Amino acid sequence: MAQKKNKIKKETFARLLKYLKKYIPLISLTILLSAVTVILQLYIPILCGRAIDFMLGAGDVDFDAIAENLVKIAVAASVCGILSWVMNTINNKITYSVIKDVRRDAFDTITHLPLSYIDSHPHGETVSKVIADVDSFADGLLLGFTQLFSGIVTIVTTLVFMLMINAPITAVVVVLTPLSLLVASFIAKKTYKMFRLQSETRGELTGHINETVSGQMVVRAFSQEENANEKFEDINTRLEKCSLRAIFFSSLTNPLTRFINNLVYAAVCLTGAFAAVKGLMTVGGLTSFLAYANKYTGPFNEISGVITELQNALACAERIFDLIDETPEIPDKKGAAVLENVSGEVSLENVEFSYTPDRELIKDLNLKIKPGEKAAIVGPTGCGKTTIINLLMRFYDVNDGRISVDENDIRDVKRRSLQSTYGMVLQDTWIMRGTVRDNIKMGRDATDEEVIAAAKASHAHSFIRRLPNGYDTVISDDGGMLSAGQRQLLCIARVMLAIPPMLILDEATSSIDTRTELKIQKAFDRLTEGRTSFIVAHRLSTIREADVILVMKDGKIIETGCHDELVKKDGFYAKLWGSQFDM
Amino acid sequence: MKNLFKYLRSYTLESILGPLFKLLEAMFELFVPLVVADIIDYGIQNNDTNYIVKQFAILVLLSVIGIVCSITAQYFAARASVGCTSKLRYSLFTHIGKLSFSDIDRVGIPTLITRLTGDLNQVQSGVNLALRLLLRSPFVVFGATVMAFMIDVRSALIFLGVIAVLMAIVFGIMLGSVPAYKKVQSVLDSLTGTTRENLTGSRVIRAFGMQDDEREKFSEYNSELSHRQQFAGKISALMNPLTLVILNFGIVLLLQYSGIKVNSGDLTTGEVVALYNYMTQILVELVKFASLIITISKSISCMKRINEVLVTEPAMTFPEVSANEIISAPAVEFDSVSLKYSTAAEESLSNISFKIDRGETVGIIGGTGCGKTSLVNLIVRFYDATEGRVLVNGVDVRDYTAWDLRGKIGYVLQRATLFGGTIRDNLLWGRENADDEEIMEAVRSAQGTDVIASKNEGLDATVAQNGKNFSGGQRQRLTIARALVRRPEILILDDSASALDFATDAALRKELKSLDYGPTTIIVSQRTSSIMHADKIIVLDDGEITGIGTHTDLLENCDVYREIYESQYKKEV
Repeated sequence: MAQKKNKIKKETFARLLKYLKKYIPLISLTILLSAVTVILQLYIPILCGRAIDFMLGAGDVDFDAIAENLVKIAVAASVCGILSWVMNTINNKITYSVIKDVRRDAFDTITHLPLSYIDSHPHGETVSKVIADVDSFADGLLLGFTQLFSGIVTIVTTLVFMLMINAPITAVVVVLTPLSLLVASFIAKKTYKMFRLQSETRGELTGHINETVSGQMVVRAFSQEENANEKFEDINTRLEKCSLRAIFFSSLTNPLTRFINNLVYAAVCLTGAFAAVKGLMTVGGLTSFLAYANKYTGPFNEISGVITELQNALACAERIFDLIDETPEIPDKKGAAVLENVSGEVSLENVEFSYTPDRELIKDLNLKIKPGEKAAIVGPTGCGKTTIINLLMRFYDVNDGRISVDENDIRDVKRRSLQSTYGMVLQDTWIMRGTVRDNIKMGRDATDEEVIAAAKASHAHSFIRRLPNGYDTVISDDGGMLSAGQRQLLCIARVMLAIPPMLILDEATSSIDTRTELKIQKAFDRLTEGRTSFIVAHRLSTIREADVILVMKDGKIIETGCHDELVKKDGFYAKLWGSQFDM
Repeated sequence: MKNLFKYLRSYTLESILGPLFKLLEAMFELFVPLVVADIIDYGIQNNDTNYIVKQFAILVLLSVIGIVCSITAQYFAARASVGCTSKLRYSLFTHIGKLSFSDIDRVGIPTLITRLTGDLNQVQSGVNLALRLLLRSPFVVFGATVMAFMIDVRSALIFLGVIAVLMAIVFGIMLGSVPAYKKVQSVLDSLTGTTRENLTGSRVIRAFGMQDDEREKFSEYNSELSHRQQFAGKISALMNPLTLVILNFGIVLLLQYSGIKVNSGDLTTGEVVALYNYMTQILVELVKFASLIITISKSISCMKRINEVLVTEPAMTFPEVSANEIISAPAVEFDSVSLKYSTAAEESLSNISFKIDRGETVGIIGGTGCGKTSLVNLIVRFYDATEGRVLVNGVDVRDYTAWDLRGKIGYVLQRATLFGGTIRDNLLWGRENADDEEIMEAVRSAQGTDVIASKNEGLDATVAQNGKNFSGGQRQRLTIARALVRRPEILILDDSASALDFATDAALRKELKSLDYGPTTIIVSQRTSSIMHADKIIVLDDGEITGIGTHTDLLENCDVYREIYESQYKKEV
């Protein structure tokens, strides 16, 4: 297990390096700059110490030597400042460029993902991979690496400088400092449970808040405000207690490590002073040494943070690469034909399909729709109506058998040409961010007159006119300002504008009241005239006039025929139909 | 901010002690350079090892005092911040429970939830940080400067100059980078939006062959984002190098000047070292302070958002006691009622008048968005009529206490909502003291017997939050049962049978007719079949009544009703 995990980590790392490859010159430069700036920054205290060493007392000050050192300080500081700004800018460039590259690849994958992936993974999760994970991976990586690198350089350099000044005292520092690491990891271990309890309680509280605030009408209708408050108070009090513990105990890390650093500092003072007394060290040397001791402990305090940062970055990277590596839709076959001038003959032969291998859904489905025919699919929820649409549009591929349009197997034609052959209105209305006009045009070239004509045909024109900016009204996030019915009218208008050779209407009028539906029905009738169309509906009245009605139950077509035949047959369809009147 | 201080006041002691101990710690920290200076000036100069050991002991003592103070400070700060935000959270929660639905609509439910969760957590860490550190950095800077003045006034003037320049730089960079990062955020939002759209709209995007357009759109935002991030990054990348350069130039000046002073015997070497140490301390604190300000300003804007909710006065008030009912009055009466939502441009209900007698069954029908739900929401007083009066038992609903008014009504809302707990917990909402027999009786009337039977634990079966472990139809029947447990005077069913099949729906209606306490029943529906047998049917169209009468009357006289009916029962051709 651990080995496998290690292997994955290695792979992730290798992938990462691939993205970084382009920037190798920049990365080498930034590493070099980082080393130079760290060393310069550490060199400055030496210069200061030397300058101080030339101030021995009243009348005993060597101004020339001081000036020489001061000039060096000024130069070193300026060079260091400029170089570190250049380094920061380069780092930014690398980070944001890598972010951009990774995001581009991730988004590319999304546009090619099979619907089966999109349907089975929560959208929020995928979005957060592309946005949040990419951010924290790049940030964490850069921050982690630069900190790790400059930390190492700092430790090595200070060690060298300290050794140069005084070896035995250096030993004191080296032995004592790792204590702070021990303390930090001890506290992290001890507080882990408290944090878990805190986040569990917090989750409980959030659950209660969600439920009560979104179910506020019910709460008030049954006068349950007091009870809801009591329950809130109870969880809130528990949260207060465990938060206090978690926050307090975890906040001990900082004072404790600082305490240890202070002890190290004091120890250096003691030993350094003794050394100075014995003439093994100058006062300036002691000053510099104290500054180094402080600098030396710094990376140790940060190291646990850096490691978490890096681990987190790698975990994020792994999630993103998982997404990028998802198998895309099966690409079009080589030399796949473009589906053109479709007459509208659709046939399904021995089609077998299931979403998961263990749950059989559609089996041995045979069907032939002649050009211009209207096929209606009815049946109880979950019987597989929408699945057929998924197969016709090739959102999913059949497991066995074949589906063909005008006698072309749909797997042998260009996917895009197949998909644009159908005009589609789904129950789940989708509106993109943009103007009403853009939403009707959907990337097509159309004049304003054509757009308005389409909107009129779908009875959307009157409500669009009443929107603040008419057709130029920008609809934000998922059409929030429109009612479900209005969204559906817009989706219908899209199809009215595109007028494709074949139509798929999946519960296209489910959110529209029956009276408006009746009016739209007329427009649909005109649209479906002479076009092969597939209609899914649970309102039986809307599908009575279909040429062929497919009655589905549990993934199988159990009855086919026109309305009158099916009613006469007195089977499942007749029962469905009868239940509407049997009052 | 005022509201926050109100809650901090109960933690006055903690809020004072926290920063106080932090300051004590900082103060003892400031002594350290002085002690070191003494070691150099007296210990080393005079070769006095005893003195050195004594000073070492003082250093250790200072560290111990430091850690004690700092832990004490952490404790008080944690107590005050956790305690006051806990209180704040509770009062925000109860306040939301008092807001009118017009207020809730205006603010939005997701927003309210964010205020109670994310925003409050941010405030908590803001308060904690502020109590611990807000005073510390200015104090250290101030203290270091004072110490410098004590050592040598003229040298200390250099400090003032360096501090002024550093402050200008730190805050200048912050001012410059804040708007730059805001722009980054807005482009990032567009990028997020496009990504989400390509997932939610994957079918439509593919059906309309828009993948290339989408990729281009994404790539545009992506480049713009990268560009803006690099720009913002360039500004904040100035911080460290600039402060470093300024500080070191300050040190150069300081050393140059103290060289002269030492030469003239006005300063000792140890004092120079101390000055030098104070200078470095100042830089560290100023940089810390800048990042602290960023975190705290985030918390402040969260607190502002929370405050917006807290200062919203509930737009609806209830009297202390209910007015006396009139026995002979109709159960429900609308008297020229109009309703305009605060967020809407037009009236949702206009000039509605009707009466419902006690024990009557009334159907309300109309297309989507015609105002059916708005109408029944006025009866339970979720909203107040903008014009006219709504009367229950002859009394204006505004003259009832919430408890009295809503206690009479069993309201089954359109969205069947259950709450975490057991089935029994949920049903007892109807009436707290109902026994199992009464509960099961209500369940039976609501056609929910098989829902209970399907669970091994029966009434004690667990209901997950939002009733996620029940199907739509099961939830609907349980919510009807919840209303029936109450044995209400008035029963309102708002499209509550939509997930039930026709047979169950019919059986339910039959049961409702035969309830022994004979409630006044109001059924809202889009289906004519659900309401055609009612004593009276009210037909709504675009917020107005276009017909009241029985099924047969309306078929004859009301065009809208006839159209609805015919759209559902198409005449045989």
